[in-house]
Amino acid sequence: MKRIALLGMPNTGKSTLFNRISGASARVGNWPGITVDLMSAKILIGGHIAELIDLPGIYDLHGFSDDEQVVRHFLTKNPVDLVIILLNSSQIDRQLSLVLQIKKLHIPAVLALNMADEAKQSGITIDTDDLEKALQMPVMQISAKHGDGLPKALQAATQIINQNQPATDPKMISQLLQEDNQIEQEMEALIQRHVHIPTTLNDNTTDKIDQILLHKWFGLPIFFAALYVLFQFIFTAGKPLQDGLAWVLHLLRTSLLEPMFASSPAWLSGLMLDGIYNGVATVAAFVPIIVLFFLVMSMIEDSGYLSRAAFLMDALMAKMGLDGRGFVMMLMGFGCNVPALMGTRVMRSRPMRLLTMLVIPFSLCSARLQVFIFIIAALFTAKQAPIILFVLYVMSFLTMFLTALLFQSQYKNAEPFILELPPYRFPTLRQIVLRGWQEVKHFLIRASKFIVIGVVLVWVMTHFPNNVPPASIGTFAGQIGLFFAPILDPLGINNQLAIALIFGFVAKEIVIGALAVIYGLQGDALMAQMATQIDWVQAMSFMLFTLIYTPCLTTIATLKNESKSSAFMWVSIAWSLGLAWVVSFVFYQTARGLGF
Amino acid sequence: MRFLSQLQIGQQAVISAIEAEESLFHRLSALGFRVGKPLSIIRRANFNGPLHVRLGTTDVILRSTDAARIQVNVHSD
Repeated sequence: MKRIALLGMPNTGKSTLFNRISGASARVGNWPGITVDLMSAKILIGGHIAELIDLPGIYDLHGFSDDEQVVRHFLTKNPVDLVIILLNSSQIDRQLSLVLQIKKLHIPAVLALNMADEAKQSGITIDTDDLEKALQMPVMQISAKHGDGLPKALQAATQIINQNQPATDPKMISQLLQEDNQIEQEMEALIQRHVHIPTTLNDNTTDKIDQILLHKWFGLPIFFAALYVLFQFIFTAGKPLQDGLAWVLHLLRTSLLEPMFASSPAWLSGLMLDGIYNGVATVAAFVPIIVLFFLVMSMIEDSGYLSRAAFLMDALMAKMGLDGRGFVMMLMGFGCNVPALMGTRVMRSRPMRLLTMLVIPFSLCSARLQVFIFIIAALFTAKQAPIILFVLYVMSFLTMFLTALLFQSQYKNAEPFILELPPYRFPTLRQIVLRGWQEVKHFLIRASKFIVIGVVLVWVMTHFPNNVPPASIGTFAGQIGLFFAPILDPLGINNQLAIALIFGFVAKEIVIGALAVIYGLQGDALMAQMATQIDWVQAMSFMLFTLIYTPCLTTIATLKNESKSSAFMWVSIAWSLGLAWVVSFVFYQTARGLGF
Repeated sequence: MRFLSQLQIGQQAVISAIEAEESLFHRLSALGFRVGKPLSIIRRANFNGPLHVRLGTTDVILRSTDAARIQVNVHSD
């Protein structure tokens, strides 16, 4: 099978191009010589099936960051037939170095110049024909976002693949990489001869937006106001969808599933309906809000606004031993902690990377959000709901800041903070839809892996031994709850909630699924039942504990993989569990002491 | 001769020297910081926050402490 690698600098639209070529068929694979996962997809090109690999975005083949090492290791361990190099046309003056570095390795390559429209607006003209001759490789202008020029680029790739040249020899690549070269001078000469760049950029839309969004005093308030408005939008738009889906799922049970299982033994219908269906349906009802959430997140991510947030927050983050990028990772953690943890790879200083990884698990991820929306809807009025949720987000930030402040002396560092500020960009509908679909897929995979197994286990534990009433003290679950009672009673967390918490250690999606199984109810009936069992002080204490203790097993595994240290992983688990207990304890006892 | 960190907002200058260890030097040069390149200061964040610098077609933000590694010649206007 032929192997094609996609290479480019960060912010050149490489992932967009990868998604466009591969459709939605991408998967994560393991590669010899490297420990991180790379996305790859099988594509048909000129009658060959080829494997397309999305390499991490790098500035320099000879660089020192983890990503740059990954690319180097990949090329020195895996033969490739073709490299598609993607550059940002409007920054060709410095990005061309990557092309020359690849050329020096004698790897067959196609050069795709992305964002031709942006370059044009800035008045940059590139003579692609001449550049093609000078570089001795196909050069074409494309738009990864809209797909313009893509057929031509793929045609050029096909021609090279069809020549059936032998693939690269990893050993030779490794040798060539060691020989440093005169790339910079060659680059300057090429740029001077073939590219014309005006002294001032014609396009100043980004400048105008920046004057407002990066304003000395209004920048930060605008940023947080924008976040607040977006989150409000997610819930206003998502709530009717969630209610609608919950109604459909309930109808499905009463009109189809209950008659179907009417004649089966009681334990089987109990397991299938009160166990698996109730649990999974309760979690599934949140899919619309989660999809909407990720759509909004990806829009912010792709817009270039996050780099601005890094600029605005860096001075404050520096006081906590972190930098502006750390703040961006915290925000990314609102989606899911796992990619945020992997995002810390861009940091070269190990102490700073560890400190950032220590704070990320406190970021209120979308899975915890589901738990909070559910509990808030059950225990608080519609008017109080947004305030309570806002308080939880503030708590998320406070715990992150507190952790960084307390641990910064342990992780002292002098990491430089240098970041590129890309121009503002609007993602296309296609990008948004693809991203949304990936999140739904991700959820379904998690659902099949964790949630089903989790709710089945909860059902078994709350229904056995079967000579006692379900979910009572006599069941296995009741016994476990009893065991933890001395620790959790002072927090106002009862037996049922304790079981949900224990399973929530695996994944937060299980928490509400588990509650549905424990109470044997679904949707509105479950919320009404919970409201009779606990009061708002207990609910708040439970939510604080859920927010602060370990997010999920996947996060822990990622923490261990990325830090390559079990000791660090245990520090993180112990600190978050301890902090969760203390915060919940202080809140619960204070609230009770004040007479609530 | 001055350091990049000492420039005023709106001022233009040409890089005359970069004094940084190899890895930082590499990163700066990959982002376009090379001797002889003109640049200008767009803005500075509050509370001694990072600088917003424009080099040719690229906008970069960096801390004052890192900017102090870069020597510049100021255009006399």
